[in-house]
Amino acid sequence: MNMLFSLVWNATVETLAMVFASTLFSLVLGLPLGILLCVTGPEAQGGIIPKPLLNNVLGRIVNVLRSFPFIILMILLFPLSRIIVGTSIGTTATIVPLSIAAAPFVARIIETAVKEVDPGVIQAARAMGSTTMQIIAKVLIPEAMPSLVSGVTLTIINLIGYSAMAGAIGGGGLGDLAIRYGYQRFRPDVMLVSVIVILVLVEVVQVVGNKISAKMMAKR
Amino acid sequence: MRHLNRIYGDLHAVHEISLDIPSNTIYGIIGKSGAGKSTLVRLISLLERPDGGEIFYDDRRVDNLPKEDLIAQRRKIGMIFQNFNLFSSRNAAENIAYPLEISGVPKHEITERVAELLDLVGLSGRDKAPISTLSGGQKQRVAIARALANHPDILFCDEATSALDPQTTRSILTLLSDLQKKMNLSVVMITHQMEVVRDACEHVAVLENGAVVEEGKVLDVFAAPASATTKDFLANLAPLAEADEVKKDDMVRWSDEGGRFTLRFRGDLTGEPVLSRVQKRYEVEFNIRAGGVQRVSGEDVGTLICDIIGEPDEVDKAVAALELSGILVEEEGRQL
Repeated sequence: MNMLFSLVWNATVETLAMVFASTLFSLVLGLPLGILLCVTGPEAQGGIIPKPLLNNVLGRIVNVLRSFPFIILMILLFPLSRIIVGTSIGTTATIVPLSIAAAPFVARIIETAVKEVDPGVIQAARAMGSTTMQIIAKVLIPEAMPSLVSGVTLTIINLIGYSAMAGAIGGGGLGDLAIRYGYQRFRPDVMLVSVIVILVLVEVVQVVGNKISAKMMAKR
Repeated sequence: MRHLNRIYGDLHAVHEISLDIPSNTIYGIIGKSGAGKSTLVRLISLLERPDGGEIFYDDRRVDNLPKEDLIAQRRKIGMIFQNFNLFSSRNAAENIAYPLEISGVPKHEITERVAELLDLVGLSGRDKAPISTLSGGQKQRVAIARALANHPDILFCDEATSALDPQTTRSILTLLSDLQKKMNLSVVMITHQMEVVRDACEHVAVLENGAVVEEGKVLDVFAAPASATTKDFLANLAPLAEADEVKKDDMVRWSDEGGRFTLRFRGDLTGEPVLSRVQKRYEVEFNIRAGGVQRVSGEDVGTLICDIIGEPDEVDKAVAALELSGILVEEEGRQL
């Protein structure tokens, strides 16, 4: 029993670390990309500096990356992991493909959230003489904040799922535990507990995310 | 502005418009939806560049400014909108602070100025109010305060009262008139409501199909409308709305008994028994259908819809006599 607890506990910590780090990095990559996608888009949809060609190229790259099966993307990115963190197995190594896989997803979510900002409000900001950066920093992001929080919640939940999948190819964490102990060593108890922990994690993230988003809306 | 043009694909939204908007007054631009008002305001407020023509503020050409100058120029323009377009992520005070923040005004000065502006628009004490808790009128007041924060010379109002009820509209118009005088503003009001022009503007331009069909002092335009569009707007003014219905109901019944006339008179004439005099001198009878006096820019403008019954010869003479005494006579079928 004790061994089961320590196994699950360690795996949970690994999963949390992986998810936290990859959420952070995917935001670092995806947030600017998402905003760029929105502001270079058509004027009618909140594009404040329409650049059709750039928008088209970025949009296509994002789509290709998004439709790539994660497990294959991860294998393809092993060399990159090796360059960045020095190894291609374990928790730290998994953060690289996780972040890169989630970044296009984050970009689309951010783009959608920012596009929801009332075009009238953007027009007002422009009429008052805002620079493009001021509109982004002081209007688009604050106005879209509740949707952005929902988007980040969704990203974290997705990353919990991805991180479990990463376990299948030696990524560590709860998915790894479930496969190695639960499946390969015939330990259904380990499998069951791992799955339950993952479900609880997802539920907690969802509830907290909803609460934050609702609280923001209530203040408006 | 001179020979302004703006084309969207096949649509010539603004066609060769040239207007001279005097500073330090309230100038109305009225038109039905699709007349090109919104495009015009987006052009003169420098939100869009014209496809042809020039825009001057005082003597400075502004339609072709490079980006930095354009941003600097926009900061000297105030603008309010039909849907208020306030930032929902900011409370009332923070909304007003926005234009000051983006032009780098120090924090303590912002706080001072915001309090001053809230007071100016009659919203002191609502500074921390989230935007969604404000009424339409209060939202527009916040928007006005925000538009005036940077001490602009020009204030553009794009259908600013169209989303408000008549009472709130009046209070907003009163506020704008007061502020215009207090701050020596040039106000340009885009609207489809003739009431707004009547109650607040000094000059007016009537827009149709992207072109100006009539332009001048509100008083002159009300007393002697020249275009069909203007007459249409005047006929739909609130006090005459009833008359309009009467007119329509009676149209068939009266059509054999003589023309239907619309008399428009202004100023001193509204106090004189012109009709009685004419009636005594000629063999005619007046059958008054509807009428009213409206106060426009501090002067009275009267409108009377009536029939003149009598021998055609005598009616013509009576009309001539009316016109001689300064009344504008429009006959159904003859001018419209």
